[in-house]
Amino acid sequence: MSELLLEVAGLCKDFGGLEAVKDVSFTVHEGQIKALIGPNGAGKTTIFNLLTGVLPPDAGRARFRGRELLGMPSHRVAALGIGRTFQTSQLFDQMTVLENVMVGHHLQGSATMLSAALRLFGAGAEERRYREVAMEALARAGLMDLAGRQAAALSIGQRRMVEVARALAAEPQLLLMDEPAAGLNMRETERLAETIQRIRDSGVTILLVEHDMSLVMSVAEEILVLDRGEPLAEGTPEEIRSDERVLAAYLGEVTD
Amino acid sequence: MTAVQVWQFSLSGLTTGGIYALIALGFSLVYNATGVINFAQGEFVMLGGMITAAAMSAWNLPLWLAALLAVAGTTVVGLALDRAAIRPARRASIVVLIIITVGASIFIRGVASVIWGPEERPVPAFSGESPISVFGAAITPQSLWVLGTTLVVAVAMWMIFEHTVIGKAMRACAINAPAAQLCGVELSRMISWSFGLAAAVGAIAGIVLAPITMTQYSIGTMLGLKGFCAAILGGLGNSIGGIIGGLLLGVLEALGAGLISSQYKDAIAFVVLITVLLIKPSGFLGEEGGGEL
Amino acid sequence: MARRRRAEKIQLVLFFTAVALLPLVVRNAYYLHILTVVGLNLILATGLNLLMGYAGQVSLGHAAFYGIGAYASGILTATYGWNPWLAMLAAIVITSAVAWLVGKPTLHLKGHYLAMATLGVGIIVSVVIRQWSEMTGGPQGLMNIPSITLAGWELRSDMDVHYFYFVWGWGCLLSVLFSNLVASRPGRALRALHDSELAAETLGVDTAAFKVRAFVISAAYASIAGTLYAHSSMRFLSPTPFDFHKSIALLVMVVLGGQGTLWGPVLGAATITFIEEVLRPYADYDIIAYGLLLMFMMVVMPGGVARALGSLADWLRERIARRSGERDE
Repeated sequence: MSELLLEVAGLCKDFGGLEAVKDVSFTVHEGQIKALIGPNGAGKTTIFNLLTGVLPPDAGRARFRGRELLGMPSHRVAALGIGRTFQTSQLFDQMTVLENVMVGHHLQGSATMLSAALRLFGAGAEERRYREVAMEALARAGLMDLAGRQAAALSIGQRRMVEVARALAAEPQLLLMDEPAAGLNMRETERLAETIQRIRDSGVTILLVEHDMSLVMSVAEEILVLDRGEPLAEGTPEEIRSDERVLAAYLGEVTD
Repeated sequence: MTAVQVWQFSLSGLTTGGIYALIALGFSLVYNATGVINFAQGEFVMLGGMITAAAMSAWNLPLWLAALLAVAGTTVVGLALDRAAIRPARRASIVVLIIITVGASIFIRGVASVIWGPEERPVPAFSGESPISVFGAAITPQSLWVLGTTLVVAVAMWMIFEHTVIGKAMRACAINAPAAQLCGVELSRMISWSFGLAAAVGAIAGIVLAPITMTQYSIGTMLGLKGFCAAILGGLGNSIGGIIGGLLLGVLEALGAGLISSQYKDAIAFVVLITVLLIKPSGFLGEEGGGEL
Repeated sequence: MARRRRAEKIQLVLFFTAVALLPLVVRNAYYLHILTVVGLNLILATGLNLLMGYAGQVSLGHAAFYGIGAYASGILTATYGWNPWLAMLAAIVITSAVAWLVGKPTLHLKGHYLAMATLGVGIIVSVVIRQWSEMTGGPQGLMNIPSITLAGWELRSDMDVHYFYFVWGWGCLLSVLFSNLVASRPGRALRALHDSELAAETLGVDTAAFKVRAFVISAAYASIAGTLYAHSSMRFLSPTPFDFHKSIALLVMVVLGGQGTLWGPVLGAATITFIEEVLRPYADYDIIAYGLLLMFMMVVMPGGVARALGSLADWLRERIARRSGERDE
């Protein structure tokens, strides 16, 4: 098996008596597409928030290439090479699509407030370079014609694609995607599946939280099922499909 | 400094603190109903004192009648403020609403200065001037009036909110306005009530304060800001927190002025406020989040 | 976007050229003085706009930094005999240091709590200016502030044209720096955290640090305006121009002009300065009118003049389109 990228062990989070995440452990290997699934309230998004420093954990460890993530502020987690997209899209609404993606390049840039204000030390050249890089990224994602549009004016499907492009602009090694298919129609979901695979093929490992079972089953190589904060089962899509505990937990939720 | 001095400062601080507590109560009333910080709250205090003083000297009214008139008049001003300036801008951002209420306070102060001029005006003490000794420290009867009034107003508020239909409806609006509206509560009437009550409470604070400090058209700003400090200290929108915050602020201010320097008295309240916010970012009884920009 | 940036540059050049030509038309000393005040307010509003309009953080105490800048250079020159230019630099350093100390802990606060903390800082500074008489001269004021010399020229406020150009020269420089900054990596980071702190963080933006930087820069702008003020007006400083009401006036300039726009501060600074000047002769009634105007303008144009003009234009265009549509039928 390929190299270990992320190793989560004994992760716990308690919201005033409600145990949202209970002793969760799992690993993600380089080049994998791994999915976290589970009914509403299973603690999937909370796990993302713990990993990316949005919430402080109560217990546990999470090592990314051997470095402890927990307790790090979000921007340091990002600097290590972990990107993220959100369940309810978090685009910068007052900026254009191009500018959104350019913020994605923040980590690669070096212009400071002083050098930017004075246009010193190649700040102007850097600015032009990143505009070009961002345009290329948009072109690759097929979003070229949206570049100048205000983010607030986009449709849900477009917002998601822009968010993915923005996250990729930061050149992450691991991308956490939180319900990327939510609010998408069937054709958009199919395109999303292709996009996810393409991203992985370009060398980015993917950890996915998703409700849409057809999407999960078609793209994920390994699935961790959570129920009320606890790990329920782990395995390949085939194994999960035939797992009786999973069926029991999902009964009534998934009919297809 | 001796223990008796500390006690003396604390007692006089409690008096000012009672006023801050009443002002904080007014802030909370409006904040809970509308999410608006009403920077004109201090002007209600000024109006309470000024109308009382003016009515007594101009028309020779007895104190109680002048005070009643002051409360009624200030309440009308509060209702008018809501109608004329707050309601048309309900959906505006926090900053815009802050500017509107600051504009209102400047306007009210301007009108007061034109009507009553810049002189300080006296209001007689309610029941004599001879100080009473409490464990070695002196306290004026008027201070007892202030503290008693704070207590009575606080209890009255509690009764209104716990035991009257209007009070319950106001609480419902504060917790969840859309749901309350679905249950037939008319939001705009509740907002009127909150502005009216806040203005009345402010006026009462101004009336009981006036005999201690005299009253003047310009006293509202600083009082309002310190009452706002008290409200924030206690946790915005938390009435009990605001009362405790007010009393605490009054005592700390008096002690600070006595122990450190009376010159910097006006800064003390804000130093206390910033210190508390740095330790607990939403006041000591407040919940997380203070409204979005 | 590159096109928009170019358009902005052209607008800036046209605007400041027009300003530079103004003294050819405006020869009245009093009017020139008012225009100079507009320039000062423009610098203040531009700095505050970076904090409020771009980084999305409110400050109700910005006059404090204006005051610190003014008094620092006033005291250093009048009491300690420093060269005004050196004093200006020192004032920037002092103001920035204070802003950093204040901003670092307070900018974690949100909404009304941040508003109140900054308001508190403003009041503490104005109380200190008023009470620390040995240093600041207290309510009586700080006297005998020398004027600034630029390349052998003594810039005196009674030579109105000199000071007009001096202040607007600074205004131009600081506006250009500002427009460079907001269209760059750090500028985008600020706007990003305004829209979503969460997303900005996950893209590697240290939001806490960027907020503090924006705060410090806006304070430095205020400090420069303070120094310019200290050396212009009658060579004298009193506490009043730096109190709570100045902070509110600055807030109004930014909001009224339109937060987060390049031209907002210009519109806001000009509008408020002119209103204040027009009302000045009507003692007692001026604050009534001022209060009314604040309420009225904010109720009518909560998004600022720039945006109100924009929607007025939209409305007109729509009407014209409907008219011509009717005619076609």
